[in-house]
Amino acid sequence: MGAFDSFSAFLAMGDHGLYVWSAYAVGAAVIAFNVITPRLHRQRLISDHKRRMRREQR
Amino acid sequence: MWQAFVRWFHKWSSPKWFYTMSQPWSFWLGWAATLIIAAALVWGLMFAPVERLQGNSYRIIFIHVPSAFLSQAIYAAIAVLGLVGLVWKMKLAFFVAKQCIPVGASMALLALVTGAIWGKPTWGTWWEWDARLTSMLVLLLLYFGLWALHNAMERPESGDRAAAILALVGVVNLPIIKFSVEWWNTLHQPATLKFTEAPPMHPSMLIPFLMAIVGFYLASMAWVLMRTRLEILQRERKSRWVEDELNRFAEGQ
Repeated sequence: MGAFDSFSAFLAMGDHGLYVWSAYAVGAAVIAFNVITPRLHRQRLISDHKRRMRREQR
Repeated sequence: MWQAFVRWFHKWSSPKWFYTMSQPWSFWLGWAATLIIAAALVWGLMFAPVERLQGNSYRIIFIHVPSAFLSQAIYAAIAVLGLVGLVWKMKLAFFVAKQCIPVGASMALLALVTGAIWGKPTWGTWWEWDARLTSMLVLLLLYFGLWALHNAMERPESGDRAAAILALVGVVNLPIIKFSVEWWNTLHQPATLKFTEAPPMHPSMLIPFLMAIVGFYLASMAWVLMRTRLEILQRERKSRWVEDELNRFAEGQ
């Protein structure tokens, strides 16, 4: 497949598998951070808003 | 011409207009970024040929260089937005500038960590206090400083102004990062891409590399837009239209 003879050769990346895959794992974590934190912020805005609404009703 | 520009500028400086217009932009930018980054990384990891000197470790370049580019481009954007906010008292510019910080910081962190991982097999060391690496660490610390300033202030408006001033002072670090590889002896190689020269890479590596850069740009824009939309809701929550929007969210949940 592609530049590699087999899937296990792809995973091994020569003998650089540990370096390449840990770098890409950090990349995945950064993408996850940027996707997830806005969602958490949005939920916090909604729950704050609900709490404000309840307080005003009383 | 000038008046048309002023009208355009005023329209976009309204948080409500920005909130409405940015929704399709963040959606389509996000999808375009996802597809382009996925294609670039599959190409770069599986199909690009192995590098003659560095072996497969060079494949880290497909995320290292794009994240380093973005960390600097976003910082420059924060400084320009801060200046616009200070000079024209435009609060939307401050909102965007604030929400650029986490995205830019995550890019600086990614560039530093992938650089350290790449440095181990290539230079034999994770870290060296040389000019390029140190100035990139300073960039990350500047991002942390900007975020801390926003959180330290009682009134968000004071945080906006303080962060804008720090961002403008910190701009001096950007040319230091760029020219560090030329001014000082450093382990880091000089820039791979230059505007004045043909790139020294084979198309089979160059194309996924350029795609990854474009993809990171698009993703960062989408993330900043998404975050800015929430910042608008938070900061403008006393206005009628934001209350309506939050009610709509609360009902939809």
